[in-house]
Amino acid sequence: MVQNDVKTAVEVVALQEKFGEQVLSVSQSVDCPVVTVARESIVDVCHFLKSEHGYDQMIDLCGVDMSEHPSQAEGDARFLVVYNLLSVEHNRRIRLKIGVNDRELVDSTVEVWPTSNWFEREAFDMYGIIFNHHPDLRRILTDYGFEGYPLRKDFPLTGRVEMFFDEAQWRCVYRPNKVENRVLIPKAWPGVDRG
Amino acid sequence: MAEIKNYTLNFGPQHPSAHGVLRLVLELDGEVVERAESHIGLLHRGTEKLFEYKTYQQNIPYFDRFDYVSMMANEHAYALAVEKLLGMEVPERAQYIRVMYAELTRILNHCLWLGAAALDIGAMTVFLYCFREREDIFDYYEEVSGARMHAAYFRPGGVSKDLPEGLLEKIKGFTERFPGYVDEYETLLTENRIWKQRTVDIGTVDKDAALAWGFTGPMIRGSGVAWDLRKTQPYDAYDKMDFDIPVGATGDSYDRYLVRVEEMRQSNRIISQCVEWLEKNPGPIKIDDNKLTNPSRSSMMTDMESLIHHFKFFSEGYHVPEGEVYAAVEHPKGEFGVYLMSDGSNKPYRMKVRASGFAHLQALDYMCRGHMIADVVTILGTQDIVFGEVDR
Repeated sequence: MVQNDVKTAVEVVALQEKFGEQVLSVSQSVDCPVVTVARESIVDVCHFLKSEHGYDQMIDLCGVDMSEHPSQAEGDARFLVVYNLLSVEHNRRIRLKIGVNDRELVDSTVEVWPTSNWFEREAFDMYGIIFNHHPDLRRILTDYGFEGYPLRKDFPLTGRVEMFFDEAQWRCVYRPNKVENRVLIPKAWPGVDRG
Repeated sequence: MAEIKNYTLNFGPQHPSAHGVLRLVLELDGEVVERAESHIGLLHRGTEKLFEYKTYQQNIPYFDRFDYVSMMANEHAYALAVEKLLGMEVPERAQYIRVMYAELTRILNHCLWLGAAALDIGAMTVFLYCFREREDIFDYYEEVSGARMHAAYFRPGGVSKDLPEGLLEKIKGFTERFPGYVDEYETLLTENRIWKQRTVDIGTVDKDAALAWGFTGPMIRGSGVAWDLRKTQPYDAYDKMDFDIPVGATGDSYDRYLVRVEEMRQSNRIISQCVEWLEKNPGPIKIDDNKLTNPSRSSMMTDMESLIHHFKFFSEGYHVPEGEVYAAVEHPKGEFGVYLMSDGSNKPYRMKVRASGFAHLQALDYMCRGHMIADVVTILGTQDIVFGEVDR
């Protein structure tokens, strides 16, 4: 894998110069530089990276619910939106992150890359992150009429409803779920004594 | 004058050329498609939610079930992601075994694609020929893992078991036969007039559109962009392999067909290079650290320490240091990536799977506009869609 070091990466330096305080933090991950930017400036940053630095592909966009992450401090945004970008021209990758809370709007990047469309719909479907100016923000993977945001940490693994076939009505109906989640292997951190 | 209006047609989800469970709502003007709206998610299994409740070891078999026609390629991306976060150096023999099986998987995938796409377009015979070769490859899968399809063979740190005796000779025999088989497929299709009429200039995507719509793999190469992660961002032993990247000229369905057929030949070249190397170089097939890989069964039966490691490995599992990584492989369908975020525990905090089919299917509307309704099937076929990875 091509290493792209954060200290020498031209696009990271250029981002810091052009956007100044809008660039909240810069760090080096195992694979590529990670740039956290302010939520309001994401579309400008994407336009800049695409036109000036050849990031012509939006490879992946996903939401993350940070509410149970150990590094989460008081006042941090609940969700992250993570953009993994790829430059075919320069053979480089970069990762952008923005923080967003419930009921806050993120500007859609569909105007930069049309492929963002479904990825943003998926983030909306799974986390309830709302993308402003999105042409068609509907649920995409879950069932028609689904309620709740399944990948949020407070959504139970077993779901909230079960589907049954109702003989009397001769159709499928939802009922409240009675299945309980069984934890066979608890989540554990190294060096933590579990008694 | 009679009133003419568009009508909408529901295509799927049970249509045989919908490749599983795609529901398309087509807005038609006569027989011309004005708009194609895809409804996906009918195979959504919530795998990304399940990942967060399973240990790293337990997560491997879920990857076989994403793109269920190229199983080991999916595992490859996961293994690379975990290895990067743990900073593991995989033994060379394991890297070669993985490359060999990744390429066998590519042939497996392209054989199914060729057979199914040809069947959609109306060529019945190719399907039968392609499935003959798939059967051979399934046998090689079974010999190393015990399973014909869902192998769970690539593990973080290497592969689960070494190759059994005699397998390399069989694969060698296959690589010698296979170019002749590809010639057979090509005899049936490449110069076939009906095949050309159905695919040439259908679903043309130019270079800029291919980049903007996030195309990867054979789709972007068909549009004339020489982009292949095996060359540009090599992983495992790909940098030691000698192979070429086929590139299309016009970006239509026929080019994508030619690119995939040539990829089969190139994969065959890589496999024979791997076989040659593996015959000469025995060695370890996973890292020598029983905290991260399971000890051998024989040592577990006689050695107390191995028994403890075995128990710990399969109960609590191993801890991955806090951090995040995106690892991608050149999957037979395009770029298959795993974005893994770890919080330092034995289970992933968040794992997002980037499936190439998700981006390709999204462009279906763009590619279908202005084409006839029968071409929708051609375009869907040459996109190589599998719903296991699109819906996840």
